[in-house]
Amino acid sequence: MQITPLGDAALVLELGDNIDESTHRRVQTAWRSLAAAPLPGVSELVPAYTTVTVFYDPWLAVQAGAPESGIADWLTGVVRDRLKNPPKMEKARARTVEIPVCYGGDFGPDLGLVAKQAKLAPEEVIKRHAKAAYLVYLIGFAPGFPYLGGLPKELATPRHARPRMVVPPGSVGIAGNQTGIYPLSTPGGWNLIGRTPLRLFQPAEDPPALLRAGDQVKFRAITAEEFARLEAAR
Amino acid sequence: MIRVVKPGLLTTVQDLGRPGYQQYGIVVGGALDAFAARTANLILGNEDNAAVIEMAQTGPDLTFAEDTLVAWCGADFDAQLGGQPLPRDRAVRVAAGETVSFGFPRSGLRAWLAVAGGVEVPLVLGSRSTYRRAGIGGHQGRPLVAGDELKVGQPSGRAITLLGSLGAAARRAAGWTVRPETLGRQAALGTVRAMRGPEWAWFTREAQQAFFSAEWEATKEADRMGVRLQGPVLALLKPREMISSAVNTGVVQVPAAGQPIVLLPSRQSVGGYPRIAALAAADLGRITQLRPGDRVRFQEITLPVAHELWLARERDISRIRLGLARQAG
Repeated sequence: MQITPLGDAALVLELGDNIDESTHRRVQTAWRSLAAAPLPGVSELVPAYTTVTVFYDPWLAVQAGAPESGIADWLTGVVRDRLKNPPKMEKARARTVEIPVCYGGDFGPDLGLVAKQAKLAPEEVIKRHAKAAYLVYLIGFAPGFPYLGGLPKELATPRHARPRMVVPPGSVGIAGNQTGIYPLSTPGGWNLIGRTPLRLFQPAEDPPALLRAGDQVKFRAITAEEFARLEAAR
Repeated sequence: MIRVVKPGLLTTVQDLGRPGYQQYGIVVGGALDAFAARTANLILGNEDNAAVIEMAQTGPDLTFAEDTLVAWCGADFDAQLGGQPLPRDRAVRVAAGETVSFGFPRSGLRAWLAVAGGVEVPLVLGSRSTYRRAGIGGHQGRPLVAGDELKVGQPSGRAITLLGSLGAAARRAAGWTVRPETLGRQAALGTVRAMRGPEWAWFTREAQQAFFSAEWEATKEADRMGVRLQGPVLALLKPREMISSAVNTGVVQVPAAGQPIVLLPSRQSVGGYPRIAALAAADLGRITQLRPGDRVRFQEITLPVAHELWLARERDISRIRLGLARQAG
């Protein structure tokens, strides 16, 4: 494992070169070990596909004992020590989160397009999209936006050349071999196949996001009536 | 209470940001020049993290409902109080009913106005910073508009004492100021120090040389997320796909067109472009003052030097704090 600086206030742990589940598990393990107890001068840990980034404040690191002339080396040593001797942790249990989705119609204006290029009936696209098991590799781009792996290959669809000016929150989309859910109303170029009534970004809660890196996600097809009921109940 | 008479171009409530939530895709944000915001707070005896008012290009007109102290740092706006210049980097007494108007900066772009006690808006996820895209924080999650009313927090004992003594002497401004050279303003648009980024070796030798020798021009494509610069095209040795990973403020990303983008505090939490460099945090304030057409050069330094600059700046803050405590005492 390499640890390299990213500017003067972050170190990057590199745990692989590919987006795959074994790299993801290494990222999760390293992240959990580092997060299990405070690290001197460290303010924040951010996992991504192949990396964990450690944000730190050099001034606070020095207060905590880092030598002024070798702050990054000192912190790298602290991080390596922690990874070698992680504190006792509860066994990681992947959460499975079910996301109800009303597919097609006004909620999924691009369902037909995805079906056409997959040479499948729209109902078959829905069946396959909802049957697959997905993994949240990371949250980014927007608050609570999950980058999901596990889209069936045949559903992969290139993103729109011209992004929509407004994508409603809760929209479920496909871009290339990725599928994701828009938490906020934003412009976006993904192919929209449905919408969930769940809130992915909930600023009044802590944590403020429905999903986190490492979660398993299952989609469940619902009717427009159920969508309305769930939306009213949230 | 502060009433917004004219909002200015992009005036927001900011503190030192919302760290700890990047793993959920939530930007850190906060005052674009944290050092300037901290200094303005320091002058008034506020907490470093007290919420301040950030302005850009056109400043606001603000009416204060109670006697209070204000201090502002940043670009040299044509700030006025009752027809008189409102000095920068200094504690100034504002009487109930008076209006502070900021106008335009002669050079630079942004400034930060602190009020004794801090701007009192609700904490959202541990911060008072406006996060416009998510519609949270600050005043109703958005930039200020005319008619907005902002509450003010409880001033420190030191601020109350100083306000009393200025009022008794019928004086406006405290006699002392923070030395501008301490604020790093003298090189506002000159050279910015930077380290090589993680993908430095992906770039051609010409690109590497150009990055640290060319004069870069700030473009109009600039906001609280980043500033796009214009200059020689920075090419990769060969096309390479990058896997998205966390980024930080000050990181210089180079999208396919070869023109660098310097990331600012409201940047996204992850990015997928090669990172040729990362600016020293100590020099980041200068980037936040670039106007379209302003030029900047980058000077290469090592990570230990960047850390020395960081520590020196924290010592400056400590010195200012000590000095002011003595003045007010």
